[in-house]
Amino acid sequence: MRILVMIVMLIAVAGSAMAQEGRLLYERYCVQCHGVEGTGKGINAPHMSVFPRDHTDRTEMMGRSDEELFRVIRNGGASINQSVLMPAWSHNLDDDQIHVLVRYLRELCCEEP
Amino acid sequence: MSTARWLFIGALLVLGAPAGADDSPRYFKGGAGTDVAAFVKENCLACHAVKPGDGASHSPAIRAELGPPLYYAGDKYREEWLLEWLQAPERIRPAGYYPPTHVRATPEGDVIDEASLVNHPVLDAKLAEEVARYLMTLTPYADRLAEEDYEPSTVPLRMARLDFRRFKGCVACHQDVKGEGGVSGPELYSAWSRLQPEFIVSFVRSPGQWNPGTMMPVLEMNDAAIHRLANYLKTIAEE
Repeated sequence: MRILVMIVMLIAVAGSAMAQEGRLLYERYCVQCHGVEGTGKGINAPHMSVFPRDHTDRTEMMGRSDEELFRVIRNGGASINQSVLMPAWSHNLDDDQIHVLVRYLRELCCEEP
Repeated sequence: MSTARWLFIGALLVLGAPAGADDSPRYFKGGAGTDVAAFVKENCLACHAVKPGDGASHSPAIRAELGPPLYYAGDKYREEWLLEWLQAPERIRPAGYYPPTHVRATPEGDVIDEASLVNHPVLDAKLAEEVARYLMTLTPYADRLAEEDYEPSTVPLRMARLDFRRFKGCVACHQDVKGEGGVSGPELYSAWSRLQPEFIVSFVRSPGQWNPGTMMPVLEMNDAAIHRLANYLKTIAEE
């Protein structure tokens, strides 16, 4: 029983650290276009010809699989026939970090606070 | 009141003082003399990395990044630009060096929190000359620049602008015309007068090799395409 409790606690701590890393990565690489609140209203947005994706739009975000989100972050908007204004981040982020970001996007769009 | 508390209040007052043009600390006037290296280390380190790893700017967890790394300044900047800019510094990045710390959400969209931006201190002519000359000796990556085979030339403006804005998407973060383009990255209409041509080419190809924590993505272009973008920066500078 004690071991079970410890495992549950470890998973909870790891999950919280992951969420924190996701938030920091989002802040560094995404907020400039997708906005502090993830609504697509970043400081660059008024200057763009295409609106950045609203990551809090549950309907739109549910239309994309985790694999697609991973691919668009890694290889850029053009890789899924979307805007080139979304660059490929594969040289700035490793695959593990991109998975963390995908997880964070799911929190933003689809989980109750 | 305890000494510790007085010290704390004193530190707050010092840290809270704006570093604007009119109230630069006294030691920014009158020249650094023979020990300009010590001057730079003492006065610039608070906001700039003066050796690799300073401020751990490689980590996304670090929020307080106020200025670009300086330890390869001699590979990056043009000396004549440094000399002028240090005497009359104007903001190059509209949202500061690390924008996430200078933006806030409003119902209409995010805005730059102007009050949070820090002004660069003004150096007098003598000190600016000493500091610029010293910074130009910091060239750890000179070999990298020597490897570049780039002959600057001008390009047809309309085509090059289309490439910069629509095909490469640089305009999402950078302004190629004052007031036109994203505000999270440095303005690029002044890039040619600010940066060495070979640095522009090398940085666009491999930004992380220069600054491992950079927010600049890699566009995986061939050299001809990178040279075209650099030529565009030259063309708009000379327009």
